[in-house]
Amino acid sequence: MPVVKESTRVEYGKTLVKLGEEYPDIVVLDADLSGSTQTHHFAKAFPERFFNLGVAEQDLMGTAAGLAVGGKIPFASTFAMFATGRAWEQIRQTIAYANLNVKIVASHGGVTVGEDGGSHQAIEDLALMRILPNMVVLVPADGPQTRAMVRWAVSYPGPVYIRTGRMAVPVIYDDSYQFQLGRGSILREGRDVTLIGLGIMVQACLEAARLLEAQGIEAQVLNLACLKPLDWELLVDAAQRTGAVVTAEEHLVTGGLGSAVCEVLSERWPTPVRRIGLRDIFGISGKPELLLKHYGLTPEDIQEAALKVMAQKERPAGGGRPELAAISKR
Amino acid sequence: MMKQITDEAQLKEIARQIRLDIVEMLFRAGSGHLGGSLSATDILVSLFFGQMHLTPESPGGPGQDRFILSKGHAAPLLYAVLARLGYFPHEELYTLRQFGSMLQGHPDSSCTPGVEVPTGSLGQGLSIANGLALAARLRGNHHRIYVLLGDGEVQEGQVWEAAMTAAHYRLDNLTAILDRNRLQIDGRTAEVMSLEPLKEKWAAFGWHTLQVDGHQIAELLAAYKACEQVKGRPSIIIAHTVKGKGVSIFEDQKKYHGVAPTPEEYHQALKELGAA
Repeated sequence: MPVVKESTRVEYGKTLVKLGEEYPDIVVLDADLSGSTQTHHFAKAFPERFFNLGVAEQDLMGTAAGLAVGGKIPFASTFAMFATGRAWEQIRQTIAYANLNVKIVASHGGVTVGEDGGSHQAIEDLALMRILPNMVVLVPADGPQTRAMVRWAVSYPGPVYIRTGRMAVPVIYDDSYQFQLGRGSILREGRDVTLIGLGIMVQACLEAARLLEAQGIEAQVLNLACLKPLDWELLVDAAQRTGAVVTAEEHLVTGGLGSAVCEVLSERWPTPVRRIGLRDIFGISGKPELLLKHYGLTPEDIQEAALKVMAQKERPAGGGRPELAAISKR
Repeated sequence: MMKQITDEAQLKEIARQIRLDIVEMLFRAGSGHLGGSLSATDILVSLFFGQMHLTPESPGGPGQDRFILSKGHAAPLLYAVLARLGYFPHEELYTLRQFGSMLQGHPDSSCTPGVEVPTGSLGQGLSIANGLALAARLRGNHHRIYVLLGDGEVQEGQVWEAAMTAAHYRLDNLTAILDRNRLQIDGRTAEVMSLEPLKEKWAAFGWHTLQVDGHQIAELLAAYKACEQVKGRPSIIIAHTVKGKGVSIFEDQKKYHGVAPTPEEYHQALKELGAA
């Protein structure tokens, strides 16, 4: 069976048009990137409800906030870098602080932006949004999840950040998938190690699980697409079952999924964790597939991390440092 | 809907009482922004009591005009005006800036009736006002959107992004008022970062521009009315004011931007403002 591929940003654009027909209060704003973010479909269908703010992301967020105060349901879109970086304080001071009904759907998250290079590859957007009180942070892994999340966001009366990607990715969920706030999903059961993906890295985790299976290792795969609020119960349950966790995200390992998982597990069920993601480094130009290899974001990298973290399950006292182990034995 | 007051003497008297409220609030709080609250008092009194259509019992309800205090540090002024209009009890004014108060140091819509959005980080209110103006137009509502900007505030780049947007979308239901008191925290605006020619800048951005004496209530009321008649573009009223207006020792003094009066200054202010 051929692999069906869909791009999360394309699915966002299509879903917006459908929702626009159902909800007359939806308005859409963009900052001169409507072709890339895919809001141009909505602009064509509902020209009177689409506002291009030009290359002005701070004004984009402020205008969206005003439309929300005026009773509209604004969707504000631009590249993830500019939405969360350039306009972070506008999002913080008005949209998050006042808990306004603004949906920020930002495209071009992560290094798979590709050739445009490091200036346009958002690798810190999830950290910037996750840190904000009141903000819900979602990263769909495929088309059906995108459609469900965008639809859900309309019904939720508060600020939501959704990160979409540039590339087409294999479809994981079927069309009956429905999103629930604060709930992750188990995509594969396994007792040896838990692989947790976000966005395009969910597919990489599934592939890594197949590689591990060939080695006789049963990997559980979770999709924590709702990064905030995080499904901590599912996470703790998984850690208790498998005792070893790998996180994988197209983002810095600080501030995003890896951080969120470590925060929860450190407090509730300390467990060995390995984080796959960018480590204190910016993106560069190149073909997306090559960049994923360059930054260690492939199924093989996840497989290797899984083997390493499984080896940490049984640790000598003192964390493996002989001099500390000796002390603890006294 | 509240009835507008157009009698100048009556509005002047309200402005005097509001200035007394501001001095009392800041003295009791021990901190707050005095100069920029007093400079904009006549602007806000004439706007809220003489121009805007408001129903304080149901803030933000249909048909009501909307106001954004973009220069959020003038919160004491906005609070004093809202209290006098009946949005909340007058005695709340004396809890300003205290732990648990409904009156935060800068406006916070989550706890103060009549405050539309949080402001205080400068340069953001005009964008929000534009959004409100677009929403009103989409809904076919005929109320107006008002926004008060500080003069130092327009050094923020976002103000000019929003200035372009308002003109591009022909937001003739929007009136901005610029409190031109010529002082900012570090000194004279002309020395810190030149703003002039302000009127020409706004005109070049496609705005209908007016200049008034920001302490002459009749001039302010006439300007608000004139802006209602403008079609196809937004309006800005550049209101020339004196920072700290109403109390001689505070007037045009940089040091009273963000400090509370000392006991001596407080007593002198009460005397000059004719406290009973």
